[in-house]
Amino acid sequence: MSTIAQKRGFGAVLWEYLTTVDHKKIAHLYLFAGGFFFILGGIEAMIIRIQLIKPNNDFVSAGLFNEMLTMHGTTMIFLAAMPLLLGFMNAIMPLQIGARDVAFPFLNSLGFWLFFFGGVFLNLSWFLGGAPDAGWTSYASLSLASEGHGIDFYVLGLQISGFGTLMGGINFLVTIINMRAPGMTYMRMPLFTWTTFVASSLILFAFPPLTVSIFMMMFDRLFGSNFFDASMGGNTIIWEHFFWIFGHPEVYILILPAFGIFSEIFAVFSRKRLFGYSSMVFATVLIGFLGFMVWAHHMFTTGLGPIANAIFAVATMAIAVPTGIKIFNWLFTLWGGSIKFTTPMLWGIGFIPSFLMGGVTGVMLGAAAADYQYHDTYFVVAHFHYVIVGGVVFSLFAATHYYWPKMFGTMLNEFLGKITFVLFFIGFHLTFFIQHFLGLWGMPRRIFTYLPGQGLDTGNFVSTIGAFLMAAGVIVILINIIMTSVKNEKVGNDPWGDGRTLEWAISSPPPFYNFKQLPLVRGLDAYWIEKMEGKKGMIPAEPLGDVHMPNNSFVPFVISLGLFIAAFGVMYQADEGNTWGIPVIILGLAITFGSMLARSLRDDHGYHIHKEDLMDDNDKGVKA
Amino acid sequence: MKRLAKWRHLLLFSLLTLILSACGKPYLSALQPSGEVAQDQYDLMVLSTSIMVGVIAVVAVIFIIVLVRFRRKDEKIPKQVEGSHALEIIWTVIPILLVLVLAVPTVMATFKFADVSAMDKKNADGKTDALVVNVRANLYWWEFEYPNEEIITSQDLVVPTGEKVYFNLIASDVKHSFWIPAVGGKMDTNTENVNKFWLEFDEEKSDSDEVNNVFYGKCAELCGPSHALMDFKVKAISRADFDQWVSDMQSVKEPKKATSDLASQGQEIFNQSCIGCHAVTPDNTTPEAARQAPNLTNFGEREKIAGVLDHTEQDLKNWLSDPEKYKPGNKMSGTYGELTPDQLDALTEYLMGLKVQGK
Repeated sequence: MSTIAQKRGFGAVLWEYLTTVDHKKIAHLYLFAGGFFFILGGIEAMIIRIQLIKPNNDFVSAGLFNEMLTMHGTTMIFLAAMPLLLGFMNAIMPLQIGARDVAFPFLNSLGFWLFFFGGVFLNLSWFLGGAPDAGWTSYASLSLASEGHGIDFYVLGLQISGFGTLMGGINFLVTIINMRAPGMTYMRMPLFTWTTFVASSLILFAFPPLTVSIFMMMFDRLFGSNFFDASMGGNTIIWEHFFWIFGHPEVYILILPAFGIFSEIFAVFSRKRLFGYSSMVFATVLIGFLGFMVWAHHMFTTGLGPIANAIFAVATMAIAVPTGIKIFNWLFTLWGGSIKFTTPMLWGIGFIPSFLMGGVTGVMLGAAAADYQYHDTYFVVAHFHYVIVGGVVFSLFAATHYYWPKMFGTMLNEFLGKITFVLFFIGFHLTFFIQHFLGLWGMPRRIFTYLPGQGLDTGNFVSTIGAFLMAAGVIVILINIIMTSVKNEKVGNDPWGDGRTLEWAISSPPPFYNFKQLPLVRGLDAYWIEKMEGKKGMIPAEPLGDVHMPNNSFVPFVISLGLFIAAFGVMYQADEGNTWGIPVIILGLAITFGSMLARSLRDDHGYHIHKEDLMDDNDKGVKA
Repeated sequence: MKRLAKWRHLLLFSLLTLILSACGKPYLSALQPSGEVAQDQYDLMVLSTSIMVGVIAVVAVIFIIVLVRFRRKDEKIPKQVEGSHALEIIWTVIPILLVLVLAVPTVMATFKFADVSAMDKKNADGKTDALVVNVRANLYWWEFEYPNEEIITSQDLVVPTGEKVYFNLIASDVKHSFWIPAVGGKMDTNTENVNKFWLEFDEEKSDSDEVNNVFYGKCAELCGPSHALMDFKVKAISRADFDQWVSDMQSVKEPKKATSDLASQGQEIFNQSCIGCHAVTPDNTTPEAARQAPNLTNFGEREKIAGVLDHTEQDLKNWLSDPEKYKPGNKMSGTYGELTPDQLDALTEYLMGLKVQGK
């Protein structure tokens, strides 16, 4: 059952990944699946930009364009950005707090497979009669009017993958609260762990509203209820509230871990501890809290009235304060430092001005009265791409380069990495900067074409050119990953040379049990402290003993598969004359609950790695 | 020296064109405000942008110094600084002050734009003194009802300049959003409740050559395949011209008789196939549910056909023979049989003759 054996066939590796409960392997799964969906969402983005390269273009039809823009947004948020971040959290956070795994390894695996099957289900819509076409926000009046099964795919797919995300969030919370190594107090936790912690609590509170609202949408569309049907006494504005009570914290679920990643990178590559650590933690928590107070700024034009609009406007602007604190703390982390321009650091350096742009337009959008002009135009499109791409995607690229050695034991090529950065950075600004102006010049968002003679032609052309540069950057990083994997040159514990936190104290990749002996943490930047005192590794906090490990399990895969099957039944039973829908629901749920039952009835106590085996394994783990 | 001056002129000139072109088209762009609401919003944009440019400048200076001065030159370990209370207080307090500077005018403007109390003040006839327009958004066309004047028109909103025009906004199918960028920010047309706001159309700007009394209006909320094509036009004219237009409209009590033979044939076809949805009288007595398509009383005087096609006979024929091609997902496609070229000619002749002002 253990993963000590090294050389194995493809089938065995596949089986290992299908059944793994090891947080590091699950991180690989998240990275590959999230990366795949990222490419998919990118292709959809390119189709959108090609269609808009000139007025009256007919590259795709109006209906197909709406499917593209919906799937681009939905895929990028739910199936690419969030899973990729969850992947890095999985890979790094347990190492940073000196834990052997997350608190619930089985649940961790279940979370991944739910996300994966939800994502696959959503994307099968392309082959089964058309994708959802009401935007990623899926506003109720349009989504109820949408014909075919597109919106049903959206509702069911997100429901399944949402369960997975919720489990991931809970799991990380419990892990951070309970499994920190001796001496790792809250105020000694690395900032990536802190942001994981806050983002996980946001998931805990933000996903239930989404779950509820898409359940209601499912019942409206498939089981004849009328929650959102105004003509039957329902109300569509309720959907908007539900969606944004989830949707706004979602933005912070994405950006906070990105802040965490950059906080690590700035400290490491300027060889300085993070400036104002406690105010950084405070700002993170405050942003997370305020993130729940501002959802209605997405609805300024809905007609909530001046009192609501004014309150939400001021609350929105208030978020600028903790965000500003973070920007200046990063700058002063660099100030007086010894800055090395590695690829991850370049992404960090690019991140500051890019994200700042997105931040200031955010404050501008918060000014409700002026937002009446910005709302639902390309200005907003520009703003949230500056935040999500300039913040989150930059951090994902940075983390890919920065943590690749820790996750796979090899270094991505720095030269190619820098090429990716240059292409993507220039392309990004070329694509999105002009879109601020396009919006102000009168271009609404989500339009499949525009007429000539409205002054929108040049701006759109420039924007599309930029998109091609971004695509080129992504292709280079893919080449980089393939080349690096083929070469397979292994690196040591601390390949960047300036690692500060616990993950750099153990081998790359770490052994499956992480720490042979749990480390003793003596302050912030635990590994750095030991290095500065001339030690080679961490001081162990416990004597060498048996390590208790969980067994692999195929059950999470089966549970998720059952829901995946049931979702088809739920969707097609609403069709006229359908007879197989209900039996398929029953079959799917039987598989899910049956495997849950089997899991509950069978005692699985895991196994122990014996002390003697750990001693043989001398080149791995914490050196005693 | 002289040469330099010439260059300077050229530079100035090209810079000016760049700036002007960077403001978009005057009939469409929010950056060339043509009314009180848009002007206030523009001022707020300028204020917030200036504050933000200030912030960006401070960050940029620190950022550049950092990148130049603190590159790694040797392997020395820099001093590990924990933080600085003084600095941290500075960059907490200053942003709070900046946010306050922006928050006050924002809140004031938000309340100002929401002040529609004039809509509630009824005079002796039970009507308002202020001009009110009921906007009803439909897949993918706009209806404009003037409740005080008791007339209805579609696609081209006609408004007087220099006064506040009040709007009741609603959608009859899915959510849309009513937006005239050059005149003021948008408001959604919801399916379940009436939203209210006001706009003012600047006389001078409307009369300028480039605008020529016509602003562009847009639907700003995704509403289906033809969301991008749900445009409308706004004719902003003087109060006198507006009153004239209203009385011209009101004078149409029953469908206008076609004048030529061809047009008469067209009217016959129209009465058989089209009148079930399209009215050709402007009165607002028919219930909303029965008003299933744009009112065509003054179709011959419209700016565009179906909101997006040029107002020419050929475009009208193209539209009538295959609406799906020009506006996918519209509700007119398939509601009538195929039209022969003769029928198209007749219908076109009739429709183009539907004018109320006789200009």
